[in-house]
Amino acid sequence: MAEKKAVLTGVHFMSGDIACAEGALAAGCRFFAGYPITPATEIAEHIAARMPKVGGIYIQMEDEIASIAAVIGASYAGLKAMTATSGPGFSLMQENIGLAAMTEAPCVIVDVMRGGPSTGQPTLPGQQDVMQAKWGSHGDYEIIALAPSSVQEMFDLTVEAFNLAETYRVPTLVMADEVVAHMWERVVIPPAEEIKIVNRKKPNTPQDKYLPFMPDDDLVPPMACFGEGYRFHATGLTHDEHGYPRTQDSEAQTRLVQRLCDKIRKNADKIVRVEEALLEGAEVVVVAYGIVARAALSAVRKAREQGIKAGLLRLITLWPFPEKHVAKAAERAKAIIVPEMNCGQMVREVERAAKTTPTYHVSKLGEEPHTPMEILEAIRRHS
Amino acid sequence: MMEALEHPFAKYLRAAMMPHIWCSGCGNGIILNAFVHALDELQFDLDKLVVVSGIGCIGRAAGYTNVDSFHTTHGRPIAFATGVKLAKPELEVVVISGDGDLFAIGGNHFIHAARRNIGIKVICANNFNYGMTGGQVGPTTPLEALTTTTPYGNIEHPFNLVHLAAASGATYVARWTTLHVRMLTMSIKKLLQRKGFSFIEVVSPCPEIYGRHNKMRTGLEMMEWFRKASVIANFSDPAKAEITPERIVVGEFVDVEKPTYEQLLYSKMAQIAREEAE
Repeated sequence: MAEKKAVLTGVHFMSGDIACAEGALAAGCRFFAGYPITPATEIAEHIAARMPKVGGIYIQMEDEIASIAAVIGASYAGLKAMTATSGPGFSLMQENIGLAAMTEAPCVIVDVMRGGPSTGQPTLPGQQDVMQAKWGSHGDYEIIALAPSSVQEMFDLTVEAFNLAETYRVPTLVMADEVVAHMWERVVIPPAEEIKIVNRKKPNTPQDKYLPFMPDDDLVPPMACFGEGYRFHATGLTHDEHGYPRTQDSEAQTRLVQRLCDKIRKNADKIVRVEEALLEGAEVVVVAYGIVARAALSAVRKAREQGIKAGLLRLITLWPFPEKHVAKAAERAKAIIVPEMNCGQMVREVERAAKTTPTYHVSKLGEEPHTPMEILEAIRRHS
Repeated sequence: MMEALEHPFAKYLRAAMMPHIWCSGCGNGIILNAFVHALDELQFDLDKLVVVSGIGCIGRAAGYTNVDSFHTTHGRPIAFATGVKLAKPELEVVVISGDGDLFAIGGNHFIHAARRNIGIKVICANNFNYGMTGGQVGPTTPLEALTTTTPYGNIEHPFNLVHLAAASGATYVARWTTLHVRMLTMSIKKLLQRKGFSFIEVVSPCPEIYGRHNKMRTGLEMMEWFRKASVIANFSDPAKAEITPERIVVGEFVDVEKPTYEQLLYSKMAQIAREEAE
């Protein structure tokens, strides 16, 4: 259950950025460190105004590198912590996203995607960071990434992101886009008691017996925090169960890095969420996420009206990739269409999961997202 | 039968992490020793202490101290420590790191934490080079010094760290060398008792990696340089405290009080809570 004073229960008309901020507060986020950047700034502005009222901390750092570092520090000090940014800042954060993955610091990073690369198009939407979300930091690791496609989901999935981060001790990313962030829509915020809240597992071993990186059966170690008397060490170096560096030890490297990947991969069925629409008997399947999925749903409905057996698989979880769902939808389909606001990113994953089913990308860059007509045209072409 | 005696400072260190990685003649052990002595003399509550390090030889100090500790990415210990301090202001958060980590890759975090007066404490081992990667030029390498990346002599002007710290707003600033063990220990005790952003630069010998290229092949020779060149001048102008081959001005430079970020933050939060309640 969420803390009552932090939850604005009721029906609201708000922007995606504000809904995201409210979702974070409802989820129990009590630390935000960030740096201004379009189109994510309103998240920071709203949290700066609201956080002190719920006893939480807002700090504007000197850059995004510092922001995510402070977030990891606050997480290790026991608070639920987040930052929010856009492409250029997301690039700067990659270093410490790796540190958060390596030290298993629960935290939430919101990336409101705009047009890239580099400074790109700050006020226009993009979906060009979705592969960076998975592969952005060096080395092998897994993260969780969610893609909201409405203002309501900016609230819901931010709550979900905190719960997943706390469950798996993993940085969890909310990969929004400029349209869902700046769009204003109706949002229903439920009563605090109806909001599911997950908190990190705490150790139940005596303080002197605690091994900070000894996992339970779910591959996730219970987490003590600073100041609780455990006197533990954590490092970005390869480490053993004590948290002590093991920089020359192949067995320690294998055990740690494999577990960091496996704790997400082996729990993927529990993590992955998709939305299916009109997939029954679908011969043309549109796979879409974020704001583009809204136009895709409209296109699929119009296609059905015209007698084309089209359906939509909307990816709510981007990472771990919902490959079982894609494979299942692909089995019966003649064609798969993947509209994205990039030059072809998730389409490669879809193609891999779809095996022999022909997969077509519909790219859109530098303006508003795909219209339903543009996606419908692609459905017609491949039906 | 002789009883095995435990070292009186054993409780401050993690035996499992020994032996340490530091070279013979290195000053890092002296700095850690002074830190531990300061904790002992203050009978410091170890459950209330967090030690944070970055990357570099001295970066291993966090792992060696038997308290809550975190070894961050290169350059980021101050930014990480900021998050810890604001989340749990009752904890004492000490950053122990090197000149390259704190003032090259992490320079931006240092000046902004000092400007905000975040109540974290920074101890910098200044050994004039990047020791762990084999002795490259760094932000404090003296002009004309030879390093593996300045084989013809350094042409970069070095930072004067105490001047930088004072100008950025640090409320306690001191410099000692590893020769000044008692003063250093006294200074660390002060650092641990101050509320605001506090900084000690410890000029430290690196004979294996730096000294050998600069006519100081042993720790003793480097310490001999410190002995000859050091001048104690408390509360002198930090702007005039540049380190040169002839002169290392040591002492306390700044010791003032001003409200810390977390004091202002938490009093603002209390005020907002009162207004909300009305």
